[in-house]
Amino acid sequence: MWYYEKKLQYPVKVSTCNPKLAKFLIEQYGGADGELAAALRYLNQRYTIPDKVIGLLNDIGTEEFAHLEMIATMVYKLTKDATPEQLKEAGLGAHYANHDKALYYENAAGAPWTATYIQAKGDPIADLYEDIAAEEKARATYQWIINMSDDPFINDSLTFLREREIIHSQRFREAVEILKEEQGKKRIF
Amino acid sequence: MTETHLPKAYYDMLEELQTVDFVLVELNLYLDTHPDDLEALKQFNTFSKKSRELRDRFEEQFGPLDQFGHSYSSYPWKWNDTPWPWQV
Amino acid sequence: MPTHRKSYHPYISPFDPCPPIKTKTYETPAQLYLGFQPKGLDQYQPSEALKKGTLWPALYSPYTSPYEKNKRE
Repeated sequence: MWYYEKKLQYPVKVSTCNPKLAKFLIEQYGGADGELAAALRYLNQRYTIPDKVIGLLNDIGTEEFAHLEMIATMVYKLTKDATPEQLKEAGLGAHYANHDKALYYENAAGAPWTATYIQAKGDPIADLYEDIAAEEKARATYQWIINMSDDPFINDSLTFLREREIIHSQRFREAVEILKEEQGKKRIF
Repeated sequence: MTETHLPKAYYDMLEELQTVDFVLVELNLYLDTHPDDLEALKQFNTFSKKSRELRDRFEEQFGPLDQFGHSYSSYPWKWNDTPWPWQV
Repeated sequence: MPTHRKSYHPYISPFDPCPPIKTKTYETPAQLYLGFQPKGLDQYQPSEALKKGTLWPALYSPYTSPYEKNKRE
């Protein structure tokens, strides 16, 4: 079971109404390497991964939902009081025609989220290598968005999220080491 | 909802809680791959206690943080009250 | 500590249409080097850890746009 907690993992502040930036951020909401894909990937893989690393997939998967909420908060705040005209100028006219200001699980180009973004191979090493790759791709996406953003508050939150990808990648790499370990031998730190 | 200003204490206490809870997330993931690190485990338990204390103080002033019975509610039902995290 | 950014000089053709970017960079953050995290690593103070996005300086890899730097040069 899950419990919702009425707080963000990290404070999200936005300096200006900027729907153009929201359009880019949607990549991390409903894109191939976004936070939704990450959460669903790990939580789904945990059923068929060796017991020693179930906890890690469970916990990183859960943290990804907190990141999804941070991205949603940024998009919400960046577009909240924008006029249809501003949305149109930001390249969100097509989005507005279909969704008004509702968030939608789509990537920055408007392609809807699909389960084909994520894999569950059932082979623990294949799955963990996919997870490491997913973290590096999400890290790269944060870099490219930071390169385009001039909102210092948004960049502060994005920098936090980028660092979290680094930590998750580190832990998945450790999970591979745990599974590689010769049985009966003790790991030396 | 009309325009309301949350007191500065709301943001300060929230960030204090986010700070302690962040250490817990970090230690939790670390312990997932280092289950026999006793020092990290002790630190985890210390911060868990700190988090509980901060949570109680925050909830006294600003209402429940957790759903499904993990926070008490005063009358009338407070859970529905704004602001939600993405609104502040 | 390893560097978090590496650079290279891509081939430039006289027929390239855009003004060439002579030095390209890519990121090589801390998780590529640390290996299995040793016990007892130095930690940030909690408030610093939240700001940095990690509890451990050994895993902190800062990032700023490489294009910002180029603009200033």
